[in-house]
Amino acid sequence: MLCLLFFLVTAIHAELCQPDGENAFKVRLSIRTALGDNAYAWDTNEEYLFKAMVAFSMRKVPNRETTEISHVLVCNVTQRVSFWFVVTDPLKNHTLPAVEVQTAIRMNRNRINGAFFLNDQTLEFLKIPSTLAPPTDPSVPIWIIIFGVIFCIVIVAVMLLILSGIRQRRRMSKGPTEVDDSEDKCENTITIENGIPCDPLDTKGGHINDAFMTEDERLTPL
Amino acid sequence: MEKARPLWANPLQFVFACISYAVGLGNVWRFPYLCQMYGGGSFLVPYIIMLVVEGMPLLYLELAVGQRMRQGSIGAWRTISPYLGGVGLASVVVSFFLSTYYNIINAWAFWYLFHSFQDPLPWSVCPLNSNRTGYDEECEKASSTQYFWYRKTLNISPSIQDSGGVQWEQGLCLLLAWLVVYLCILRGTESTGKVVYFTALLPYCVLIIYLVRGLTLHGATNGLAYMFTPKLEQLANPKAWINAATQIFFSLGLGFGSLIAFASYNQPSTDCQKHAIIVSLINSSTSIFASVVTFSIYGFKATFNYESCLNKVILLLTNSFDLEDGFLTASNLEQVKGYLASAFPGKYSEVLPQIRNCSLESELATAVQGTGLSFIVYTEAIKNMAASQLWSVLYFFMLLMLGIGSMLGNTAAILTPLTDSKVISSHLPKEAISGLVCLVNCVIGLVFTMEAGNYWFDIFNDYAATLPLLLIVLVEIVAVCYVFGLRRFESDLKAMTGRTLNWYWKAMWAGVSPLLIISLFVFYLSDYILTGTLQYQAWDASQGQLVTKDYPLYALAIIGLLVASSTMCIPLVALGTFIVRCLKRGDTPPVA
Repeated sequence: MLCLLFFLVTAIHAELCQPDGENAFKVRLSIRTALGDNAYAWDTNEEYLFKAMVAFSMRKVPNRETTEISHVLVCNVTQRVSFWFVVTDPLKNHTLPAVEVQTAIRMNRNRINGAFFLNDQTLEFLKIPSTLAPPTDPSVPIWIIIFGVIFCIVIVAVMLLILSGIRQRRRMSKGPTEVDDSEDKCENTITIENGIPCDPLDTKGGHINDAFMTEDERLTPL
Repeated sequence: MEKARPLWANPLQFVFACISYAVGLGNVWRFPYLCQMYGGGSFLVPYIIMLVVEGMPLLYLELAVGQRMRQGSIGAWRTISPYLGGVGLASVVVSFFLSTYYNIINAWAFWYLFHSFQDPLPWSVCPLNSNRTGYDEECEKASSTQYFWYRKTLNISPSIQDSGGVQWEQGLCLLLAWLVVYLCILRGTESTGKVVYFTALLPYCVLIIYLVRGLTLHGATNGLAYMFTPKLEQLANPKAWINAATQIFFSLGLGFGSLIAFASYNQPSTDCQKHAIIVSLINSSTSIFASVVTFSIYGFKATFNYESCLNKVILLLTNSFDLEDGFLTASNLEQVKGYLASAFPGKYSEVLPQIRNCSLESELATAVQGTGLSFIVYTEAIKNMAASQLWSVLYFFMLLMLGIGSMLGNTAAILTPLTDSKVISSHLPKEAISGLVCLVNCVIGLVFTMEAGNYWFDIFNDYAATLPLLLIVLVEIVAVCYVFGLRRFESDLKAMTGRTLNWYWKAMWAGVSPLLIISLFVFYLSDYILTGTLQYQAWDASQGQLVTKDYPLYALAIIGLLVASSTMCIPLVALGTFIVRCLKRGDTPPVA
């Protein structure tokens, strides 16, 4: 009688957890991709940890605080590593609705990932979409700050140059005979030969052909 | 004439100014594309031949004219012949168009530069969609770098007709770009002469750093091998020669009047022949150097994409057949595929449509030029490098230096004739003239910050300068050789620099170069006429890729206006001068 009951129970279990079964979810792990040489092997102990994490997640759902590890059934483990799991109710005769399991897993995804050293891409729950991390938007976009700094620097430099240019011009208009040799290289050179200033050619009358007159040729080079 | 002309503080400033102007974005983003399209290593043959036959003589001519006439382009050509002032005016008009649209590239470079100080880089991840379960749809269909360029930077509209509004972020960056240019040209050669040390040298520093980094990247050798393997059959392709000639021509920036402007600030005894050869050699070698860097980056990106593609296929097969994780690798992929096809034929045929054929060659063969290369392809490569923020900052800083260096030349081409003109310079100080020019250009440039702005940018980029420049330079050579007289020019140069003109230059100026330019001009015209309606590439957000569309009528009209407004200056001014002279001669009886 007990044997029959045992077989009945395992048969029911087998029926409850099936690939594409009602309320069943497929899980896929890519341990070697995530950890490389530090990859651990997937064995029944890891399965036990997985069941524990799922039970833990279910316990956080209101009305399901009494979920035990034995209520989580795992089946069809492949080499990949992938398997299917369902969560049954305490009486073990039907599976819990998929929506509840989905919500529970989504709430605790980070804890589950952390327990296995994996992330959303390497520990996949098919049909349970992961909530992607929202982008961290600072209150003021960074680019505006940098833009503002460079903009202010350029404006200040432009102002300085313009002001120094105005000051120079004022100084020049006050004293045209003073030789200002600091910044102005060739603005106002009056050529002096033997102490006598040489007047430039009279440009008022006639038509000047620039091709035949250049400033430097006024004086015969020594 | 009491005010002596401002001069460069030393000849090195002049050389740096020319290098800074000539070495621009075209060296970085057009030459590698041409190299890839027309036979890799074998493209260097037509390129170097064109450099020697066309580039050096034309550059020497412009520098010599500027140094001899000591005026900006309008004054210089009016001196050569009073009927040819229109050539100078056409140069100024073309330079004006160029500076209007060129600075938007600097604005984009600023935008990317400011965004490079974030972790992760904003173009490396797609933003999330509204319910946070997946990524934004447009970003999924295209790639994250394309999405950042087309949506976040340009906010591009589906066609040129939908103008949209001015993007204030781009407008701010454009304003900053013009302020920086104004800062550099504010004091004329005094300030420009100091800035060009940076704009000429810093890009080389960055290129060298990138060269070292690029060559050590995984997969760089794939790109280099692909590029430098000569495909000698391309030498027979006339397009390769035409494109080499065009690239040399536009890369040196001939015909804009900038070189004449720079040379006019030289001491008359400067050896411009030596400078012409140095500048053209440096320009071409920078192109080749930049393409080595670009191809190592290409190789890295192509290898990365190829390996991701393979990994996707491996993941797909591993998941479908529940194979052990890590069992499938790139080396045994084909073998296992064959085994699976034979062992599980039903399931394999289900999965087969999703398996992409990954090919390294097809990844390498994606040839891109222009803004797409810098802002989409390079950013994609940079986001996969370690310490990507640093590389991104360096790269966009280099683009900025190159762009601003070229802008200095463009604005000099406009400002020099204006400051030379006694009417304008007697009323306004040169700071005010520069400020006005920058302001006008900035306001017009806001057109390119609209949602359809990139389409207008492409119009200006393709049509504003190409045909008019060819005509301008052709008239320039003919003017110097035949109107002014080659012998007279030769003796002037000898008097000025003290060196006799080599027979080579005379042969090139009188014969070879004009013929080359005429053939280029004819080719371009016939190309435009044969293509019929002009088309452009529009970004389709729903498909996540570019689609070809026809230009509307008003855009075609504007293209025609752009070309006509500069080319018509030459005959119109000649006609005007002729009429004025006739009228004057009509008053006084002609002297026998």
